Amino acid sequence: MSERILLAHGSGGELSHELIDRVFAPAFANPALARMDDSAVLPVPPPGSRLAFTTDGYVVRPLFFPGGDIGRLAVCGTVNDLAMMGATPLYLSAAVVLEEGFATADLERIVASMAAAAREAGVEIVTGDTKVVERGSADGCFITTAGVGVIPPGVDLSGAGARPGDAVLISGPVGDHGLAIMSQREGLRFASPLESDVAPLNGLVRALLEATPALHTLRDPTRGGLATTLNEIARQSQVEIIVEEASIPVRPAAQALAEMLGLDPLYVANEGKLIAVVAPEAAEAALAAMRAHPLGREAAIIGRVHGGRPGRVALRTTLGAHRVLDMLAGEQLPRIC
Amino acid sequence: MCLAVPAKIVSMDGSEGEVEMAGVRRRIGLQLVPEAKVGDYVLVHTGFAINVLDPSEAEESLKLFRELDELSAEDGAPS
Amino acid sequence: MRYIDEFRDPALAEALLRRIHAHATRPVRLMEFCGTHTHAIFRHGLRQLLPPQVTTLSGPGCPVCVTSAADLDRAIALARIPGVTIATFGDMLRVPGSQGSLQDAKAAGADVRVVYSSLDALDLARRRPERTVVLLGVGFETTAPTVAAAIVQAAQEGLANLRLLSLHKLTPPATHAILRSGEVALDGILAPGHVSTIIGAQAWQFVPREYGLPCTVTGFEPLDILAGIADLVEQHEAGRAEVHNAYGRSVQPQGNPAALELMERVFAPAPASWRGLGTLPDSGLALREEYRAFDAAPLLAAQGIEAAEAREPAGCRCGDVLRGALEPNRCPLFGRVCTPERPVGPCMVSSEGSCAAHYRYGGKA
Repeated sequence: MSERILLAHGSGGELSHELIDRVFAPAFANPALARMDDSAVLPVPPPGSRLAFTTDGYVVRPLFFPGGDIGRLAVCGTVNDLAMMGATPLYLSAAVVLEEGFATADLERIVASMAAAAREAGVEIVTGDTKVVERGSADGCFITTAGVGVIPPGVDLSGAGARPGDAVLISGPVGDHGLAIMSQREGLRFASPLESDVAPLNGLVRALLEATPALHTLRDPTRGGLATTLNEIARQSQVEIIVEEASIPVRPAAQALAEMLGLDPLYVANEGKLIAVVAPEAAEAALAAMRAHPLGREAAIIGRVHGGRPGRVALRTTLGAHRVLDMLAGEQLPRIC
Repeated sequence: MCLAVPAKIVSMDGSEGEVEMAGVRRRIGLQLVPEAKVGDYVLVHTGFAINVLDPSEAEESLKLFRELDELSAEDGAPS
Repeated sequence: MRYIDEFRDPALAEALLRRIHAHATRPVRLMEFCGTHTHAIFRHGLRQLLPPQVTTLSGPGCPVCVTSAADLDRAIALARIPGVTIATFGDMLRVPGSQGSLQDAKAAGADVRVVYSSLDALDLARRRPERTVVLLGVGFETTAPTVAAAIVQAAQEGLANLRLLSLHKLTPPATHAILRSGEVALDGILAPGHVSTIIGAQAWQFVPREYGLPCTVTGFEPLDILAGIADLVEQHEAGRAEVHNAYGRSVQPQGNPAALELMERVFAPAPASWRGLGTLPDSGLALREEYRAFDAAPLLAAQGIEAAEAREPAGCRCGDVLRGALEPNRCPLFGRVCTPERPVGPCMVSSEGSCAAHYRYGGKA
């Protein structure tokens, strides 16, 4: 195979097939994909269950960052969107747009990463597409994924499900992903131990569902961070959420980098964390279930849902004052997911 | 534009140096603090150290605040 | 001692608050000059915790906010010149000029990069010798010496493709302008701790001497701010008007001599146009003769771009907010027409802008 991706690799001819045969197919290896038909043919979920379906585009810069890369991000991001609905993620598609001249070795790294993430999550990448555009028309590599999963009967999670009295939990420290990306940006002279937290959360979600049926909402705080996602839940559910600044876990290195850059970790993207809103009597069980799982060791109860001003999120500061925690207004960071 | 963050100098190399804060390291300019030494805490603003922090002054301030805390706790002054 | 958490101790904050509550027997109006103070006060919810007699007002200490519309237009005009790469501190990106913002210019194809340090601009210039890298020099005395140091380094290296558009401004002239106008009744000034780190606590002597007001140099952690406010309240109650230094760990009476010397070497005072205050003599910094080769202004002249008299956006009251004459939530545009997503004026855009602080943190929750 050539060292660099050429326009012809995207045109459907010999080189396209070579790319699929040499790079994608061996890495993703599964029966549906191996048939190389125009569509993957998959079994229908059992009666009584529902299908969860999601899609996302990934344009992160840089492509390779501490803790992960665009490939891992793409697979985990889609797996997590499914998991947040209580679905067992099953099948993913991956459409890749490459810039002419992209290093084949880099593509192989990304694809290997996708395959590893898929294995970790227990999903198969069953169909895909590759296009190549002229040099300068894309930022190296863009990936769009879609995913399907099955929601078992009796599981009904939604952003509209939060109720006054519910406890609000976070599965671990916030800000790692976005800040790890920031520390790599061209022009910044930082060296930090921060790594992206990008990880598939379906295992953690399964543990939560097993621990308690009183789970109302799950959402992963990606773009816009914890603050924005809490606002989304508050609006969808028409409730008020109050969180305690002192309870929100943030790694010291993340806090330090945020201070240096004048950023707030509460508004920085996470790719391996979830917010869980649970009935008050289930809070301790949910916390214990998360802490027993490798991805939830530092889980914490960070606040409560109230019936006050609907759609409002407030923070009780370490000094005991309340201030509004609004949605992210305007853009603060470069492309991070 | 008054955002400045305290960090410890861990290495110096001519007019530049490296500071560290909770494991995060950053290369900064030291032109404004010719008297700085490795181990000093400096205030970092837009990638430069703008002053060396005085630990004894810092301790002095905190001591004052602590005395205040003890005094007013004794008085039971209303808040 | 790490200098952060110790100065955020909630128990000590409560102690300082008790002291303020005990001493503030009558109304006292304090102006915090610096946007970073406003931001910190809101972030920690301090307004709620202070007694109602204590009022804090924002001043013009937001360098992006006080950049005039005309200067902003000049920066955007530079961005549009082919071959120019603009290096700017983050906030400037979204401030609207007469014809859009730097962000809009970027979307239309201009090369605009956010930098966190003037040293990043030097790195850029070294890496891209075919581009003319123009650094937008925004900031008060805290920032100006750092830019001066970068210019000196560029001169030593013979870096031919770096330019500076100096929009730097000086703090005391703006303070004079506000106090002289008497527009806003004030009982004390919370002086900016990091500007004072450079210029020294003694630089504020003019406040008690010429205006009979107490002035306390204050840092930015919650304990620092509360200590500064406590000191001003006590001075006010005792009828005293002195300069006190409540940020001793960083501020010396004479400031930072190395920083002042660098600033002196590279820059000379010049007239500057302040949004909200008009043109003030000797309130800005211009490159001295020896460093004039780094001036970006000739690039504009070469393109035949005249500095037109730019108008403030219709209905924008940033000027009034910057003088402390109008609380942000009293501006008719606040929150309705003017929001951080769609700002009309800079006070809503800059992370240190008073309107942005009010909007983000919601005032008294």
